[in-house]
Amino acid sequence: MSSSFPWLTALIVVPVLGAVLLWALPAGLRKHARSVALAVAVVVLALGVGALLAFDTDASQAIQLYEQHAWIPALGVSYAVGVDGVGLALVLMSIVLVPLVVLAAWREQDSLTVATDRLRRYLALILLLEAFIVAVFSARDVFLFYVLFEAMLVPVYFMIGMFGGALRRYAAVKFLLYSLAGGLIMLIAVIALYLQGDGGPEGFLTANLTGLDIAPTTEKLLFLAFFLAFAIKAPMFPVHTWLPDAAQQAPAGTSTLLVGVLDKVGTFGMLTLCLPLFPDASRWAAPVIIVLALVSIIYGAALAIGQKDIMRLIAYTSVSHFGFIVLGIFAFTSTSIAGSSFYMVNHGLSTGAMFLLAGFLVARRGTQEISAFGGLQKIVPVFAGFFLVAGLSVLSLPGLSTFISEFLVIVGTFARHPAAAIVSTVGVVLAAIYILWLYQRVFTGPAPADLEGTADLRARERWAIAPLLLLMLIFGFVPRPALDLVSPPASVTLEQVGVTDVPAGTDEGSN
Amino acid sequence: MSGFTAPTIDWGALSPVVIVLGAAIIGVLVEAFVPARARRNAQLALSLLATIGALVAVVLLWPGVEESGGTTVLGGSVLVDGPTLVLWGSIALFAVISLLIIADRTETGEDAFAPNAAAVPGSDYEDVARRKGIHQTEIYPLVLFATGGMLVFPAAGDLLTLFVALEVLSLPLYLLAGMARRRRLLSQEASMKYFLLGAFASALFLFGIALIYGYSGSLRYADIATATGTPSGMESVLLVGSVLILAGLLFKVGAVPFHTWTPDVYQGAPTPITGFMGACTKIAAFGALLRIVYTVFPDLQWDLAAILWTVAILTMVVGTVGALVQSDMKRVLGYSSIAHSGFILTGIIALNQAGITAVLFYLLVYGAATVGAFGIVWLVRERTRQSADGSPGPILGEATHLSQWAGLGRTNPLLALTFALFLLSFAGIPLTAGFIGKFGVFSAAVDGGAWPLALIGVLASSAAAFFYVRIIVLMFFTGSASADGEPTGTDVYVPAGDVSAPISAGDGAVAVETVVETEARSTITTTVVKTEGLAVAAIAICALLTIVMGIAPSPVIEAIQGVASFLP
Repeated sequence: MSSSFPWLTALIVVPVLGAVLLWALPAGLRKHARSVALAVAVVVLALGVGALLAFDTDASQAIQLYEQHAWIPALGVSYAVGVDGVGLALVLMSIVLVPLVVLAAWREQDSLTVATDRLRRYLALILLLEAFIVAVFSARDVFLFYVLFEAMLVPVYFMIGMFGGALRRYAAVKFLLYSLAGGLIMLIAVIALYLQGDGGPEGFLTANLTGLDIAPTTEKLLFLAFFLAFAIKAPMFPVHTWLPDAAQQAPAGTSTLLVGVLDKVGTFGMLTLCLPLFPDASRWAAPVIIVLALVSIIYGAALAIGQKDIMRLIAYTSVSHFGFIVLGIFAFTSTSIAGSSFYMVNHGLSTGAMFLLAGFLVARRGTQEISAFGGLQKIVPVFAGFFLVAGLSVLSLPGLSTFISEFLVIVGTFARHPAAAIVSTVGVVLAAIYILWLYQRVFTGPAPADLEGTADLRARERWAIAPLLLLMLIFGFVPRPALDLVSPPASVTLEQVGVTDVPAGTDEGSN
Repeated sequence: MSGFTAPTIDWGALSPVVIVLGAAIIGVLVEAFVPARARRNAQLALSLLATIGALVAVVLLWPGVEESGGTTVLGGSVLVDGPTLVLWGSIALFAVISLLIIADRTETGEDAFAPNAAAVPGSDYEDVARRKGIHQTEIYPLVLFATGGMLVFPAAGDLLTLFVALEVLSLPLYLLAGMARRRRLLSQEASMKYFLLGAFASALFLFGIALIYGYSGSLRYADIATATGTPSGMESVLLVGSVLILAGLLFKVGAVPFHTWTPDVYQGAPTPITGFMGACTKIAAFGALLRIVYTVFPDLQWDLAAILWTVAILTMVVGTVGALVQSDMKRVLGYSSIAHSGFILTGIIALNQAGITAVLFYLLVYGAATVGAFGIVWLVRERTRQSADGSPGPILGEATHLSQWAGLGRTNPLLALTFALFLLSFAGIPLTAGFIGKFGVFSAAVDGGAWPLALIGVLASSAAAFFYVRIIVLMFFTGSASADGEPTGTDVYVPAGDVSAPISAGDGAVAVETVVETEARSTITTTVVKTEGLAVAAIAICALLTIVMGIAPSPVIEAIQGVASFLP
């Protein structure tokens, strides 16, 4: 296993080839489309394991598996990919989710239409998206990152718009326009940032743009342009309104990838672009962003409680959770940033499990209205058990990995901003309400008569969920391997921002 | 009249122009002497040979110009430098591709042009001409004359040559715009409007030339540039003259406030001509504008900046807002071309080396998407459905109303996907050529200190994305009226037995019907017409260009960058 093998490029190319293969599958072989897609996703997963083995976890703060080739030298653009611990963790989380989404989509599209051919195109889009996801998490060139950040919208747009629910067109267009608006404003900042740098054929490399000496006003404007794009993507209050619509209308698998993975690009961008590129402006904006993050936490949770639609409910819980992630990033302690990085992984796993389970539930009932369910605990006990564990992970029960990350964020934040940490705990309490009340309404109480024959989780569906729950349990008790990946980069980020760390546990005001 | 010395002419450097204009003249002779039956093939072969020949000549001239920086020909009347060659290459390339679409005929042998353009619409005379299956082959020499004018236009080295080139390129276009086979009145109205407004713009332009001549005593660009650098107390004459000249050029590119002809002419002209004119005229006119702003009036940039900034902002905003409210495909693309003029203007205003490269590259990618998009518009037709036995009736004109495009993504996935590609390129989505183009002009503008323009540009782009996306929504996410509103109607798939068999680029388009959404009960359906295949080949070339220049633009950008400097 030589270290010169281009692991990341392989992780990008294989899904693209898989998507092309699915698209061009001859008519006779189309009934095997699902198997082909699953096989490709598993191959990618295996490559991901290979990449993990090739990655030196003792030096996870360094960019590893790095490849660089000239792409458009005339514009200063390179094809440069590489990951540190955080990037690798997110890449792995994504490629774990994709085969499970493929598995879950087995019937998802099938049940809606006569033509299985539809599923083939859907799966091709999923694989194409997987390539974009891996690439965006590993891009080490700002231009490349931007290109992927925007190009990624196209497959998601089609996944929502062609395969979604009744209002799918509205949701797809809203999603696209929100994201485009943010992205295009970021484009100006990308150009301006390049002009601040040294230029040249490698002028867009993230490494060459880090640590520039930018005039304060310019830096603040550039920071705001980047941050706006990422805040829309994340999504943060008050630019979150596209997410509930998109999640409600999209197929469950798409929601899993959209909320569980794609939205991480927003927080990942804040962490790996905003902070290192604009350290002074980041410190300048942190107080306002922390307040917005707190608003997101509580507002998202409060709205989640009031939702009647199960998919919208899960979407709003995510708004709340993204508030926690942003809070941890901008609290500027190594504990909170490591917590946020870990939170990104855990949120992908737990929200992914929730969306997929909700998708199975909706497929059985044919509606997303929570009031249409009730008393399912006795009818489908295994389903109820899975759902409960996934739900408990969303509310961060100790013993599950989400607890560790949320705890780290709050403790890390407390060290610098005690008040903010205290306010954020309200979100934890509200989380218990929205999850347990959801479980109560769906699985307990009297069951409507027509729910009697509801089928329990099938083997395929269990296989789609079990790995996620298992991972959360493992990381819940043995978080060390994951924290080893995300903690060293957190210290590096702090250095880049130019803030002295406040160790968790010491009570000290902000500096 | 003593002492006239004939200038020595470097015919080699002029060869692309000579080839095209020579072929145009031969084309006129072909009309006169070749029997009617063989005329079309002879004309098509001749014009393709001429335009491809011009392209080859550009390639042959390239190394010499790259080395020497360019030559002046005809005593300075024509400047063959790097930008000229890039523009010549682009114009010749899109002339070739457009000719393929212009020449293509449907399975019933119809092309896009009126059998007898001189006949009064609706008259018996016209009817007779149609029934006799007459085809007008004069279009080929007309297109060649226009192309020849376009080649001279951006290469002109004095204002008189510029004016002559303007007329040579415009007059055939006025004619061609009025020759649509369907909707004759609309077409003739477009032609008339284009001609009158064009003549008006020419008059302004000529007046501007007179004023500039009065100021500087010369028509040569280089002499004018020298004169503008030395104060003489008559700056107002210079300023008015330069503004009038710019007005004439801005009219040709369709910039606000000289844009009003654009949507009407784009809509009324025969669609293949719209594509040709949308791409090639814009390339030629922006080439000339670029040269004039960069080499003739650089000393006036502080005076002209306010005007150019205003025009650029208005053009982006009016084009975008105008397109938002259109319901006709050709008008949408017309307004979108106005918005794109605004984007290109931001690159011109940058007034730096990067701006030249960016504008030249933008013109190339815009041309590819435009010719391709109009090629597809030409293929999507209306068809009457005869109710008696349900068999499809004759194919009519183009289905240009937006609602008629609903569901095209289900019945003709490959065609719709290609159209979506062009729209995404217009919208500037990354990994399409349009993104690299937009990135180039905006980064040139930011570099040149015009970042407010770039900001307005990106805001306009995101608004523009809305109407491009709306068309994609229509094609892919909207079914026939009966299926609309349901999550996934099974009946969407019923009429399309061959949905799963994507059409291949070679064999023309497979005609599949889909009921028009808004007129579910009407007898008009939308179909993709089967043709001889030339148009499909042209569209495939455009799609390929759009993808390749989006993913691997490096060779093209570097080639342009290597020669992107004007002769003084």
